[in-house]
Amino acid sequence: MKPISSWGRLSHEDHQVIPLNDRHQAFNQIRANETQGGIAHGMGRSYGDVGLNPKGALWLTTGLHHLIHFDEHTGRLICESGVLLRDIQRLLIPRGWILPVTPGSQMVTVGGAIANDVHGKNHHLLGSFGDHVQNIKLIRTDGTIIECGPLHNTEWFSATLGGLGLTGVILEAEIQMRPTAGPWLDTESIPYSNLSEFFELADSSEKDWEHTVSWIDCISGKGQGIFMRANPNKELKHAPKMKAEKKMPFVPPISLVNSLTLRPFNFLYRNHQKYKAGTSTVHYEPFFYPLDKLLEWNRMYGPKGFFQYQSVVPRNVGQDATQAMLKEIEKSGEGSFLAVLKTFGNRESLGMLSFPEPGVTLALDFPNHASRTHKLMNRLDAIVKEAKGRIYPAKDARMPRELFEAGYPKLNEFLKYRDAGISSSLSRRLLGS
Amino acid sequence: MNNTKRIAIIGATSSIAEHCARIWAQQGSVELILVGRDQRKLEIVAADLLVRSQNTKIEIVVTDFIDPTAIQNTVDALFTFQPIDIALIAHGTLPEQQDCQSNLGLNYSTLEINGISPVLYAEAFAQHMTKLNQGSIAIIGSVAGDRGRKSNYVYGAAKGLVTRYAQGLQHRFAGTGVNVSLIKPGPTNTPMTAAMKGSEKFATPEEVAKTITAGIESKKAVIYAPAKWWLIMMVIRHLPSLIFNKMNI
Ligand SMILES: Cc1cc2nc3c(=O)[nH]c(=O)nc-3n(C[C@H](O)[C@H](O)[C@H](O)COP(=O)(O)OP(=O)(O)OC[C@H]3O[C@@H](n4cnc5c(N)ncnc54)[C@H](O)[C@@H]3O)c2cc1C
Repeated sequence: MKPISSWGRLSHEDHQVIPLNDRHQAFNQIRANETQGGIAHGMGRSYGDVGLNPKGALWLTTGLHHLIHFDEHTGRLICESGVLLRDIQRLLIPRGWILPVTPGSQMVTVGGAIANDVHGKNHHLLGSFGDHVQNIKLIRTDGTIIECGPLHNTEWFSATLGGLGLTGVILEAEIQMRPTAGPWLDTESIPYSNLSEFFELADSSEKDWEHTVSWIDCISGKGQGIFMRANPNKELKHAPKMKAEKKMPFVPPISLVNSLTLRPFNFLYRNHQKYKAGTSTVHYEPFFYPLDKLLEWNRMYGPKGFFQYQSVVPRNVGQDATQAMLKEIEKSGEGSFLAVLKTFGNRESLGMLSFPEPGVTLALDFPNHASRTHKLMNRLDAIVKEAKGRIYPAKDARMPRELFEAGYPKLNEFLKYRDAGISSSLSRRLLGS
Repeated sequence: MNNTKRIAIIGATSSIAEHCARIWAQQGSVELILVGRDQRKLEIVAADLLVRSQNTKIEIVVTDFIDPTAIQNTVDALFTFQPIDIALIAHGTLPEQQDCQSNLGLNYSTLEINGISPVLYAEAFAQHMTKLNQGSIAIIGSVAGDRGRKSNYVYGAAKGLVTRYAQGLQHRFAGTGVNVSLIKPGPTNTPMTAAMKGSEKFATPEEVAKTITAGIESKKAVIYAPAKWWLIMMVIRHLPSLIFNKMNI
């Protein structure tokens, strides 16, 4: 038994860690012999309990880190599920191929990216990760192997994409890479002073900019922030220079994110960004994965950990709902300095439980202040529910079951594809088993 | 002139060895010979290396790690047409110390696979490299071989055997064209250690492999990976037994 935490560090409970490192032997290792079942676990970059299973088995997939085949002409990559997106990017971008969609951290596995059907800053153009997956090889705890994709066994594909690891263990995947000229991006940052300005910027940028995202100041309640957009640079060719990664060296005894530091942090961040407002050409790593440079920054929230709250609400109510959420946060004084606001494009996800849907998504970090934080999140829930939105399970550790059911109308259909030998804290909390 | 380096990796499916192979493959102009016991596992590693570096020539050799004749034949075969420039001897297992104490069979096989087998491989490579007066032998030992500790002295004793053997080879080849490096990795976060408490704080196999390949390149006699283990083990080696025996390590 070994204590395992997810990225939010809200719990540190013992798990029976079973490393998978041979895809041909995986069946012997995952065979359900526990009443509690097991759950696959990649890099543990999910914030809440989607990849946790205290006292039960955790099938660690990071040993499945082999590439299987790459076709330089078609850009099709076949790899094991524990391969890191970082390794794919670093290997193939210099060869002219990039992952079409990546989340805000590249320290995640291919299996984790599929199981949460992750999205990136280019959702309006390219959808989510699953839109580029051509084949998944899944092993069930009864030993059956299922291959599925957008054109074959589609119902299994749709259940497994965004399926929170509950349909089986993904052993391999085939991904359609996208041609790229190189690692450089032309970026622009534009400060905005209220939500209407944000929506204008978002609407006018979606046609001409591949990547859009914004940081929003959620302390002042004004809806001010910085809008960032980027396009690949097609000319620059010289070799990228990588900066050394820094680690958060220790867990501070109390959370560094509190009312004393929050205001100045927001102020500084905003002014720092303003100073840099304008255009520049940057390497893709700091733009796409700004937090990866500071490994283990999640420790800054102290030993009690933190919640992330990410919602998506339909576009027509997007502005009002976002405004209402910002007001609640301002009122509570529980602000988070990392608030991200972005629009999703008009594309339905392929997965039955995939999070992205057309609309606007807001992601916030809250240091764990027990009931104070829960009260705030309950108020945010009410706004999301009224707006007919949903919450992202990859970031969740506490949403009530009825909000999950309301947000994911295909839930009942999904249940048909669950693997009886698989269970997680999240599945027990939200699905009862 | 053919500048391609031929590198043989014994125990090529071990995590650290595999990461060394990835670094070498990406450096270009190398030929890798992956030696191991399990054909299917070797094929997985070879396919992965091929995706990473399409122009690298990769060969697979399935063999035995225990039988001296098999070891001799395997290494002889490697030198049939061309010399081997670097031999990385990397295989091993890490059973529970408790199990080795209660099960003499396991105790024996642990000593055999971690101690005797790497030593026989080293000697077989030495035979060929002496004749050619060129080549590098790199053997993966362990910090566990620096001092016997109650928590893993069976494994440690085998690695201690490797340590003395490598020293002897270094003495023998001093001033010749043959180089011998002894590698001592500290605890590394590999599938072998994934279930251990605190393993997420161990060095990653990537970091360790970087230190190893750079150390071999510069013909270092002893390569601690990561390098900080040199200092830690110096302290541990020199602790008086009076203090050492009270420690729970
Ligand atoms: C800094 C940061 C930024 C982020 N930004 C974004 C973002 O912009 N967009 C976004 O969508 N997400 C984002 N995330 C969340 C992250 O992308 C997801 O949580 C991702 O799924 C994590 O992958 P992982 O390998 O760590 O998987 P884990 O967190 O270990 O597991 C996630 C889920 O995948 C399942 N799983 C993992 N491997 C397998 C497998 N082989 N077979 C079956 N199931 C499996 C697990 O059971 C679990 O349900 C971010 C996270 C961080 C830390």
